Amino acid sequence: MKERWWMITLIGRDAPGIVAALTRALADGGCNLGETSMLRLGGNFTVMMMVSGAADEGALSALLDPVVCERSLCLHIDPIEAHLHEHLIPNLQVSVSGADRAGIVAQVAGALAEGGFNILDLESDLAGTPDVPVYILQISGVTNEPVEAVERRLAPLRAEGISVNVAPVETYIG
Amino acid sequence: MLDILKLPDPRLKQASEPVTNFNDALRAFIDDLEDTRRAGPAAVGIAAPQVGVFRRIVILDCSQTRKPVFNHGYLVLVNPEITHWEGYEPGREGCLSVPDYTGNVIRATRIHLVAHDPYGERLEFDMEGFEARAAQHEIDHLDGLLFIDRVISRRTDLFRRRVYARKK
Repeated sequence: MKERWWMITLIGRDAPGIVAALTRALADGGCNLGETSMLRLGGNFTVMMMVSGAADEGALSALLDPVVCERSLCLHIDPIEAHLHEHLIPNLQVSVSGADRAGIVAQVAGALAEGGFNILDLESDLAGTPDVPVYILQISGVTNEPVEAVERRLAPLRAEGISVNVAPVETYIG
Repeated sequence: MLDILKLPDPRLKQASEPVTNFNDALRAFIDDLEDTRRAGPAAVGIAAPQVGVFRRIVILDCSQTRKPVFNHGYLVLVNPEITHWEGYEPGREGCLSVPDYTGNVIRATRIHLVAHDPYGERLEFDMEGFEARAAQHEIDHLDGLLFIDRVISRRTDLFRRRVYARKK
């Protein structure tokens, strides 16, 4: 039978030891991890993990329940199709920064989507100070368009004083 | 075609010995190594220990990138040594010995490199950017290091530091 995978999402107040407690509970329950990503977002603990090896969603939830309760985490579980060993390699990176205002990510992502750009990785952050907030956005992905075409799509942002840097990603294989 | 050692093969962690005999056997091996590089998916470089030969030999060819980069063409570097490093920048790398994984690695932007050719003649190069990255990646193999030992976090971000530097 094909292996079943779930995506589990956990968020909560950050504190040392959450990853250790979660992964210990999963390992002791006979589960395996696939790709995972933990980030602190605005001081919050967030993690998404591909998990296999549980009988069903109820069993997976029961395994994590003690840690979820003790740490006051929010847990979400979705069945997924796992596509492992199929990584796409980005060929373009877009870096954007400017005075913070609503809609920067939407504007950049919208312009990129019009050209068929597939975002593989997006990180954005609020830097600067509370008085002078600066929005910083980094996107990498795959596109069939040349750098110049992507530059043109993002030109309207530049016109309003937002810094936009588009660079090809040449992955070295050796 | 030679077999490529792949993780978790512990031999990839082994340091390689300098070449002392610049003979026909060395040159025949280099031809095989080049055939193996060309067969690898999109491989720009290769190092002898990747095929289980623990001698200080690497091959690079940065002349075939999608966007042309500064390069010295097809290079066979025997006993290569980097004598000068300058600057640093992140860039994406993958490896024939680590299938289906790429990550960002910080490398020196400009290097000076000395080596020998397959006949024992001394070579010297100033390299920059992608080619400097290639040389550093391959020479790491000679010292038993893989790029995954140097991958930086997705949030390690030089761009941000530069922004702050300008504002001060």
